[in-house]
Amino acid sequence: MKYKDYYKILGVEKNAGEAEIKKAYRKLAHKYHPDVSKEANAEEKFKEVAEAYETLKDKEKRAAYDQLGSYQPGQDFRPPPGWQQQYGDANFSFEDIDLSDLFAGLRGGRVHARGGQGKIPIPGEDYEVAVHITLEEAYRGTEVGLDLSMPEFGANGLMRRVPHVVKARIPRGATDGQRLRLAGKGGKGFNGGRNGDLYLNIVLHPHPLFRVSGHDLYLDLPLAPWEAVLGTGVDVPTPGGPVRLKVPPGTQAGQKLRLGKRGLPKPHAGEGDLYAVVQIVIPGMVSERERALYRQLAEGSTFNPRGHFEQEIRNESRTH
Amino acid sequence: MKVELTEVLWLDEQQELSLPELAALSGLSEAELHELMDYGVLVPAEPGAAPPVFHADCIVIARTACRLRSDFELDAPGLALALTLLGRIHDLEAQLRELEAQLPHGARRKP
Repeated sequence: MKYKDYYKILGVEKNAGEAEIKKAYRKLAHKYHPDVSKEANAEEKFKEVAEAYETLKDKEKRAAYDQLGSYQPGQDFRPPPGWQQQYGDANFSFEDIDLSDLFAGLRGGRVHARGGQGKIPIPGEDYEVAVHITLEEAYRGTEVGLDLSMPEFGANGLMRRVPHVVKARIPRGATDGQRLRLAGKGGKGFNGGRNGDLYLNIVLHPHPLFRVSGHDLYLDLPLAPWEAVLGTGVDVPTPGGPVRLKVPPGTQAGQKLRLGKRGLPKPHAGEGDLYAVVQIVIPGMVSERERALYRQLAEGSTFNPRGHFEQEIRNESRTH
Repeated sequence: MKVELTEVLWLDEQQELSLPELAALSGLSEAELHELMDYGVLVPAEPGAAPPVFHADCIVIARTACRLRSDFELDAPGLALALTLLGRIHDLEAQLRELEAQLPHGARRKP
């Protein structure tokens, strides 16, 4: 069994009072609770904090925990002689048991095998996991394999961690933030209790070309100045393959050209749209001939892109 | 070991749940769900219909409520306030993502 320093996790001294422990928990829960936190590894941190608080807030569990002794966090250890006689009512090995599961079963001064409690049906726990998929996988649907470690009651009624492999089909149309449910694929129920559910939270990897908003996609469309002025036809990549897009003459930078139904599929029917956002780009290097042509254009053109500046400047000079 | 492929269930407006089903799936009691309905943070598919029926995406709100209640020891008004603010943050983040998606690659804020 691996040691966890619950006092260190909560950042309190071993002689901390109940109020201090509660205060430390609340502070850390506000920081790391996965429903409110944006911290990296918030969920993992919160699990540690909640586990520590669950044991230290309960006088009986805290006393039993203190009697385990002190070790380095993560160090393999066995409870001192007499601990199991004092707190245990089952012959179990400390090898395949997690500290949290051990204390979850401690009630009335003894670690109880929950299976021995009058055969009351105990439902399995629900789990929630983030599933990272690519945009291409979201477009066509995919299958994912999840390696999970779930607490399960063993034959002796004590909880232990069991590896659990789940293979799920992610259907077309599941986009960023979509929640999906796998009924009965969470923790196993005991004594006829129903199995828990597994909830998947879909997270899309960033794509080098497409930006996602719901089921719509956005793509930068770089155009040369003359293409924007004269109009052109360009091949545009979409998740379903390239399509020809007609760029009308006089297209401005920032303008969005819509390719209907070329976005991500929607869950039950239909598709989102793809928007090509126009950027007008200029070459980094120009040849002598190109420079001459630009000069010729500058001399021959009456276009003034800052006409509205001049009006403002005239108004200001009249007032000062 | 052969692992069977499992089909997922969408948590969206196409699936509906009864009040007892939502209670069983979320871990909240029916009375607690009624309280959340009274505060307007849990909205039935057809407001006013009896018995109430919920779209399956209400599971996400109800499960969040269950976690917040037990992890922060919140009472019903505190829970309703937290859920309302979280909902507002969620909507604002969605709007921000939509606006950022429209900006050219180089112009977006660093995550």
